[in-house]
Amino acid sequence: MNPEQIISLLPYQNPFLFVDGINQISEDGIKGHYTFKPDEFYYEGHFKNNPITPGVILTECMAQIGLVCLGIYLLRDKINSENQPQIALTSHQVDFYLPVLPGEKVAVTSEKEVFRFNKLKCTVKMLNEKGELVARGLISGMMKV
Amino acid sequence: MTKDELIEKLKGIIAPYIQDEAAFANLNEDTDFVKDLKINSANLVDIILDIEDEFDIRLENEDMEKMLDVKSAMAIVNAKLEA
Repeated sequence: MNPEQIISLLPYQNPFLFVDGINQISEDGIKGHYTFKPDEFYYEGHFKNNPITPGVILTECMAQIGLVCLGIYLLRDKINSENQPQIALTSHQVDFYLPVLPGEKVAVTSEKEVFRFNKLKCTVKMLNEKGELVARGLISGMMKV
Repeated sequence: MTKDELIEKLKGIIAPYIQDEAAFANLNEDTDFVKDLKINSANLVDIILDIEDEFDIRLENEDMEKMLDVKSAMAIVNAKLEA
């Protein structure tokens, strides 16, 4: 399964798709990227006259690349046109280190900790274009087809 | 291990994941993980993984499907320990 197929299987679309591309993927982890468009609706309100990407959106981006894209890859043999992946975020614990401004590109890397009984748990990191750590944490979800 | 010792061990494993404190305080063999303790599906997996570590056993999908209440968890753990 190639990156384009994985992205096409994601259950998201604009304005809530936070995956542009996947650079690497294996049974153990994934690396992908996303660029935050400067005209996103949330910059108008977060914050007043001081647009910064909300932490919940960074977390969502980390979960979509780090958990959902990886999960689709791990379940690739069971997915077909009749059996689409079902997903639910179940927990996340994320620390934030640097702000992400409108137009910034981020890279997300995720390492699989455990995938058993439909629960996928990963340690996920987000880096900015300078390679600086933006956020990191532990994200879990239930994934099945 | 006696029945009471096993229940106590399971209680310690389950404690971090329960949502219904009153049901947990009254925990007995018939206590249902989802209906009584209101544990979510992801935490049910955490409990399974913690049971594996605590008793040094390996559980399979069919064990997970059967593990609905304290009684069935005890039966599965005992069966694995004897195997």
